[in-house]
Amino acid sequence: MSSLVNKETKEQKNRAGQRIVSPDYLLFEAPREKHFMTGSEAVKEAVKRATVDASVSYPITPQSEAAHLIGELWAEGYVGVYFRGENEFGVMSEVAGCALAGARTITTTSGPGTMRAMENFPMWSGTRIPVQLVLMARGINAPLTIQPDNLEVSFLLDTGCMIWYAENVQELFDMILAGFVVAEQPDVHVPVITAVDGFFVSHTREAIYLPPDDIALPPYDPYKAPMPVIDAEVPPGRFLRDPFVMKSNYISYATHASWQWEVRAAIERSRPYAKHYLKGLIEEFGDKDAEIVFVAVGTAAAQAKEAVRMLEAEEGIKAKVVKLKTVRPFPYQELIEATKNAKYIFVPEFNVVGWLEREVRKALYKKSDAEIIGTPRVAGGMTMPKEIIVKEVLEIIPARR
Amino acid sequence: MSLKIYQLNEEFRDVVPQEIVALQENATWGNPKRGVMDLPVSKELLEEHSLCAGCPESAALRYILASLPNPEDTIIVNSTGCSSLMFPHIALHTVHSLFGNQNSVASGIKRVLEWRFPDKVKDVVVLAGDGATVDIGLDYTLQSFFRQEKITTICFDNEVYANTGGQESGLTPKGMVFKMAPKGKQFEKVPMWQLAIDSGCHYVARLTVSSPKRVEKVIKEAIYVARELGPTYIHLYTPCILEIGLNSDDGLDEMRARDKERFKFFEYKTPEAEEVIAKYKEEGLL
Repeated sequence: MSSLVNKETKEQKNRAGQRIVSPDYLLFEAPREKHFMTGSEAVKEAVKRATVDASVSYPITPQSEAAHLIGELWAEGYVGVYFRGENEFGVMSEVAGCALAGARTITTTSGPGTMRAMENFPMWSGTRIPVQLVLMARGINAPLTIQPDNLEVSFLLDTGCMIWYAENVQELFDMILAGFVVAEQPDVHVPVITAVDGFFVSHTREAIYLPPDDIALPPYDPYKAPMPVIDAEVPPGRFLRDPFVMKSNYISYATHASWQWEVRAAIERSRPYAKHYLKGLIEEFGDKDAEIVFVAVGTAAAQAKEAVRMLEAEEGIKAKVVKLKTVRPFPYQELIEATKNAKYIFVPEFNVVGWLEREVRKALYKKSDAEIIGTPRVAGGMTMPKEIIVKEVLEIIPARR
Repeated sequence: MSLKIYQLNEEFRDVVPQEIVALQENATWGNPKRGVMDLPVSKELLEEHSLCAGCPESAALRYILASLPNPEDTIIVNSTGCSSLMFPHIALHTVHSLFGNQNSVASGIKRVLEWRFPDKVKDVVVLAGDGATVDIGLDYTLQSFFRQEKITTICFDNEVYANTGGQESGLTPKGMVFKMAPKGKQFEKVPMWQLAIDSGCHYVARLTVSSPKRVEKVIKEAIYVARELGPTYIHLYTPCILEIGLNSDDGLDEMRARDKERFKFFEYKTPEAEEVIAKYKEEGLL
């Protein structure tokens, strides 16, 4: 830690020469300037201000540009270690090695890359490394597709990683910075997957407000981690854990079970930090007491907001959107509170299985009398125009009355 | 600083296990000239192991741990299999991650340690079986060689998946009958030492562990070359006496028999590696 801080200057600087500021200052207080950029460029701007030690990359559409730009930051001296791995299974293992050795580490992937890397994600959480994965969601083969579709997120729900979902370019920037801060809390210290919809966010140029780039997050302090860092500067840590885990007896079973519980408990302990740094686990939009509620993540939430405006303006129907910013931890209490007047809950999604609808049903079971309607659902790269959402509402609700 | 982490808190000396006290008082730390000759007289870094009686892999691990020139600053990355049963008993930083990803994890660790500690020598050594190195992990093993990662990779080749009950592996010789190859293996043993040479390793050795002093020599040379140049690879025959139907006191004879044929001692060094080795010899470290 001390080696990362220049003691000769009054102000503390990171290795890239940026002034170290508190997370609160960087996220909430620093003056911001308006820019116009894509989600991939926003990833670069966030990493540039995050005092990142290491990143490993691999090409896959649509996340490649974000990964290139992190490489440019490495070439410019803002990132300590960077290289292209051999495939996503290798990359996620290389990233694990970086984090085990005490680095603040980030990587990016999409769709088939996520599936190839899958064995690594529960290993990340089980070894309690606060890696950040920026996931730019894309469809899964077969048939081959490169288009936006967030089915892959359903496979990640039970990996023991935190899962956050950004709606737009601005939120992606802020979430990446907040992601490191929350994931690295000693009582949390699990990975964070920051998801966005591929293309819709990664490739769309939007207005974004950025703090100056000569300030950055405090460096990661691996000596505050709940597991010993693998750098031979502290007494040895054992990631297979002690022999009793690897034996066939009741204590070993109980140890493994409690270890898994503890990973989930760590995600639960992230709630207060995430609430603070994300300004709440959900965002509400529209008429507070509306009977028609859209529960959504990412771009689907953005489209639902447009549908709320259209329903109000053209049909005189009041509706609201409850956007979930975190899926793990799942904002149960917030969702129950935000839907207490709901009669119809629509869950618009960019996938065919309706994983968010399942999550919402589970959360509201016996907590809400509202009908939960898993529509509209688009996939394979289709867009979700506001007219489609409005049409669903206008067709379904009269039929129920 | 590193050595201090192995020192006892004096207030606990009377309550910690005898083995831990011995680790401080009678283990070989901070001496790059340590080696297998210390084994009979010093405390080993491997306290005990849960492998079969007479398993040559346990002998190999003891020789390797005794030969590490810089144990206090050595990270060992291992993989799933018989060997993963031993690593929790080692007084060093060890990582078990997944089956087959050991060279990827080691790459990340080595690069970050060079970034975090530019003025210190931190050796990273991979120890994994033939399944992990050559079958499920071949891509990651070779890619780490292509990338010129400064790590030493050691393969414990027992020519079979032993921990899962004796299945054919890529390093099983052609014709041998194991589970999953009930008609005998249909293709040749993968020449991993040659692949290592072709993939950019600066030092490659193939041997059995019948001679402890020879194991010490190749381990030290491989680690010094990896430190200075790039990837090095050691291929050790550590037969599974259980799966080939031998008794617990037959391991040494089996290795001596193979010393004369498919595990005849073989060594490859690039000219740059020769220079590194000559330099360390001059310094009296080899």
